[in-house]
Amino acid sequence: MREESAIPPSTLMRENPLAGGPSAPEVLARGATPRERLVRVVSSSLVTVIVIIIALLWSVPTFGLFISSFRPAAAIQSTGWWTGLLPPWHFTLENYQQVLSSQGIGTAFLNSLIIAVPGTILPVLVAAFAAYAFAWMEFPGRDWIFLAIVALLVVPIQMTLGPVLSLFTTAQITGSYLAIWLAHTAYGLPFAVYLLRSFFAALPADLFESARIDGASHLRIFTNILMPLSVPALASLVIFQFMWVWNDLLVALIFLGGNPDKAPLTVAVANLVNSFGTNYQVLTSAAFISMALPLVIFFSLQRYFVRGMLAGSVKG
Amino acid sequence: MATITGTAAAVKEKRPRRSPSKSQLIAWVWIAPAVFFAAVFLIYPVLNTIWLSFFNDTSTQFVALKNFSHIFTDPAMLEIVRNNLLWLVIGTVVTVFLGLVIAVLVDRVRIESAAKAAIFIPMAISFVGAGVIWNFMYQYAPKGQTQVGLLNAIITKLGLPPQTWLINPQVNNFALIAVYVWMWTGFCMVILSAALKSVSSDLLEAARVDGANELTIFWRIIVPVISPTIVVVATTMVINLLKIFDIVYVMTGGNYGTNVIAMSYYQQNFTFGNTGLASALAVVLLVAIIPIMYFNIRRYREEVRR
Repeated sequence: MREESAIPPSTLMRENPLAGGPSAPEVLARGATPRERLVRVVSSSLVTVIVIIIALLWSVPTFGLFISSFRPAAAIQSTGWWTGLLPPWHFTLENYQQVLSSQGIGTAFLNSLIIAVPGTILPVLVAAFAAYAFAWMEFPGRDWIFLAIVALLVVPIQMTLGPVLSLFTTAQITGSYLAIWLAHTAYGLPFAVYLLRSFFAALPADLFESARIDGASHLRIFTNILMPLSVPALASLVIFQFMWVWNDLLVALIFLGGNPDKAPLTVAVANLVNSFGTNYQVLTSAAFISMALPLVIFFSLQRYFVRGMLAGSVKG
Repeated sequence: MATITGTAAAVKEKRPRRSPSKSQLIAWVWIAPAVFFAAVFLIYPVLNTIWLSFFNDTSTQFVALKNFSHIFTDPAMLEIVRNNLLWLVIGTVVTVFLGLVIAVLVDRVRIESAAKAAIFIPMAISFVGAGVIWNFMYQYAPKGQTQVGLLNAIITKLGLPPQTWLINPQVNNFALIAVYVWMWTGFCMVILSAALKSVSSDLLEAARVDGANELTIFWRIIVPVISPTIVVVATTMVINLLKIFDIVYVMTGGNYGTNVIAMSYYQQNFTFGNTGLASALAVVLLVAIIPIMYFNIRRYREEVRR
């Protein structure tokens, strides 16, 4: 079972996919002679050292940008960020003040929120209704419609951008938040329906049955029974969708039509890269502001975050 | 999964039936918004794009397969296709292999969850953010000047000449792929690590007692046992890498011989206004993904049947 359906059950059911498991060095050392045990302890310390080195290597790029974002412009241009770690320290908030006040990054942060919040709630809501029907209602064509949604899961977004842009232009909503909300709702939908349906269908049937016998309407079952029970799945999905929209560049680039007043952080930072090139003091702080919220979500809701990212990876 | 779908199927038969037409109508109301979004913003555009791929740049004249033959004969286009293949092969192999090796390593240490978090964190960062981070890592200054970029600082310390990582056509595609590897290895690691936990420790112990070394155990036992998970992870990487766009857009803009299909699609459609060629490029991506779509549907149906 585990091997057939590698992503959803095995990872979603784990408490926190990042947490460690049982097989520690002790397991390896069990039932060995003292000499063998010594060899294993030495080799496991070696492994620990290797793991620490890999983890440090992985952290260095982000850490470098983080340090740079607090260094004065002249220092960034003339010396490597690692020299800034040695005293005398000259850290400053200038770069942050500069991008927030004059480069429109503050507005972009707000725009990102304005885009991402409805861009998350809308698809999750629409998907939850559909997923409930797919899981617990009978209607002709149900399996075929659902299979179509599974197929849409991996369709490259590029297949839709041109015609959708024409639709929006005809409706005269290109460049508005409405356009980008609608687009994100559609693009997030197949995965959200897929994930929620499998979660809903796995709930015990007695719940729905007895509620129906008591005369509860579908809407009542949905809001009073299904939603409270689905909080873990919804949390993972909401975080995944939010991250997807927050970090999206392509959809914003196309449907906001280069309107700088409405550009989210990704577009604003990409524009800074293009216009500033190697003028790094602006870029460092701007990029870090764009990462701040995702990192806060990562550290505060790690379990749901990791689950969401893992489950969501099947999305096209 | 088997038990879950089993009960669901059993219950459906037991559920009291109301008048079919009314309950069917209610079901349609529940799925209507989703069907509307899927039809208008996904299905119709996909069909329209396929249609447009057989027309010229302004969609006014039918050109049959001319756009496709252009993609597979024009030298500039072939370079784009070649780059995408490079991304696909190297990106998938390296992320999955590194993810697996790191998963095996972290499995044996006490700091497992901290190490995993450090490697997983780049998943929280947008491609744009990662692009800025790595632009900084790859920064170049001519020989003799202070190297502000970490990579050039290291290699000049070793006595090698500084590299223009993003411009030199011999290394720039690999430099971009490295950014992807940095971002997605953590994902592969976490999924493969979950699969590793379920490899029977008796099996591993028995192999060790028989004198198998760790490398043999890795290739002969661990890899075969978790191979279904490896396939799933690799499939995910393939889907991602086929459509790779943001890293290229932010770091090189597709210049210096680093263009890829999704980037070229964007340029053709929204910069040059060549709808026909852009649509054909998108169709190439779709065709490449169809086997995975088929695989997904088959897997889903098997799950339901059980």
